[in-house]
Amino acid sequence: MNSSDTPAAADASASPEPRHGWRLFSIWIVLSVAACLVIWFVWYPHMPPGRMSSSAASEQFDIAVLSVSAAPVIIGVLLYFVYAIVVWRARPGDEGDGPPIYGNTKVAATWIIGTTMIVGWLFIFGTVELVVPAGAGAGEGPSPIFKLAGTQAAAWTPGGSDMLQVQVIGQQWMWTYRYPQFGGMESTVLDLPVNTPIEFHVTSLDVIHSFWAYKLGVKADANPDVDNVAYTTAKATGGFEVRCSELCGIWHGAMYNSGTVLSQSAFQTWAAGVQSKEHSEGVLAALPTYALTYDPTVIPQLGKNIVQVDGITGAAGYYYGSGDPVTP
Amino acid sequence: MSVVARAAALIVAFLCVVGLGAFVAVYYIGSATTQLPIIHYTASGGQVSVVLQEDAQNDSTTRPDWVTYYTQDPSTKQWVHTTLFSVPANTKVNVTIYGFDGCTPLRNNYFSEVQGTLGGTVTVSQFDQHGKEYVTDKPMSVINSWSDCNVGHTFAIPDLGVFVPVASPNAQLSANDLCGTSPCTTSGNPYARETFSFMSPSQTGTYRWQCLIPCGGGFLDGNGGPMQTLGWMMGEMDVVSA
Repeated sequence: MNSSDTPAAADASASPEPRHGWRLFSIWIVLSVAACLVIWFVWYPHMPPGRMSSSAASEQFDIAVLSVSAAPVIIGVLLYFVYAIVVWRARPGDEGDGPPIYGNTKVAATWIIGTTMIVGWLFIFGTVELVVPAGAGAGEGPSPIFKLAGTQAAAWTPGGSDMLQVQVIGQQWMWTYRYPQFGGMESTVLDLPVNTPIEFHVTSLDVIHSFWAYKLGVKADANPDVDNVAYTTAKATGGFEVRCSELCGIWHGAMYNSGTVLSQSAFQTWAAGVQSKEHSEGVLAALPTYALTYDPTVIPQLGKNIVQVDGITGAAGYYYGSGDPVTP
Repeated sequence: MSVVARAAALIVAFLCVVGLGAFVAVYYIGSATTQLPIIHYTASGGQVSVVLQEDAQNDSTTRPDWVTYYTQDPSTKQWVHTTLFSVPANTKVNVTIYGFDGCTPLRNNYFSEVQGTLGGTVTVSQFDQHGKEYVTDKPMSVINSWSDCNVGHTFAIPDLGVFVPVASPNAQLSANDLCGTSPCTTSGNPYARETFSFMSPSQTGTYRWQCLIPCGGGFLDGNGGPMQTLGWMMGEMDVVSA
């Protein structure tokens, strides 16, 4: 409606304009509080990835807080949208414009203050959450800014405060896991002790993979020649699945295996048993010395590049030399 | 044009595009898999015998220099260039693999360990090109691919926890005189014969199997070509109702 086109006589007879701002605010505050209560008390306990580990619980908390933060914004936008359609829609014969808002200090101040508060809150919350939980589940490097949840030691025993080191090795299309504190033994299953800080060292022997233990809330890229470090502490016993989350070839979708969070004593028994078996069978001796990354073109025991090893001819007469083309 | 007519035209156009995409996908993806024959192994006395061979080359016209597996048809005893086979569920699967290809080191030597077979071992024999058997039915739980030249490829079914290093003819003892015409025969060629058994799962379905040695010569890191193509160094084992 264009006020300049409206006769004074008509203004006098028209019903007073309702206080749209207060009406919108009232509806918005009721809906927002209701939505936040539903999110926090009904949805939050069931949000992925669950609470199997410290990082998973932290991620669940973050998602819940961000959902609560986003709900009033979404409700505000949709409410304004619906309200405008219903209340401010153009009636038949109404060819006028609405009142101009340019220069409306109240609207401008509300917008600037509101968006500043939202962005500031997200900045502060996000920054704190990257530091406080001692590991957000992603690769954070060997010297993170937060205080490690345990101490780094050459050995691990149940009941101590030492971190368990686990090396995650990706290759097309398998995950294997080395335990340097158990003689460097290797396994195709990822077993972990409960209530123990874990230090994952993630690397790859060929292309880029991504280690994703979804229920543990850990996801870290596995790059060749890179030691990507991620931290978590398993808080509950049970099984979980490990998947690759980086497209890595035709069987990427099948690159998964499983793991179990065990009691500390059960884990100790399992790990020592695997170490003993691999030692007696000669597997440990066949493995390269534990290192943070590996060069698969070198056989460590022989100290030679693979193509230099006498007698090893490989498929089609050779291995994979540096001169190999990327495509056939 | 009315709104209804425009909406109808858009829906028809959308369905045409989706249908065309589905046709192309089914035509090419479907043909890529159905061109490969599937070898069906049926149980006898509660067991099946799967026989494979691995060659450094093959008899195809398109990729003759690709390393490959062959599967033996149990009825005709002919070697078929495929890596698709089926076995009954919950059945003892006896596998024999003839290794005609030379040795290649594992990228991760952990897979030198035999895993998932009955007894945790394989039985290995190696022959030179004159038929002389210099290793005879040797049970092994580890075939170290780094310490000597004795592993050609691997046979792995990750979902079943089966990881088997497959012996190659020893390059030095066989003077590197490897089979050059596929499918290879045991006469006049050095080879290794490896046998092992595992139980097929009770759950029917398709289980992928693959080689874990990057043996795709000519491809980056040896991981392309035959390593990523059904019918060559990777395949599928269909587990069907017994």
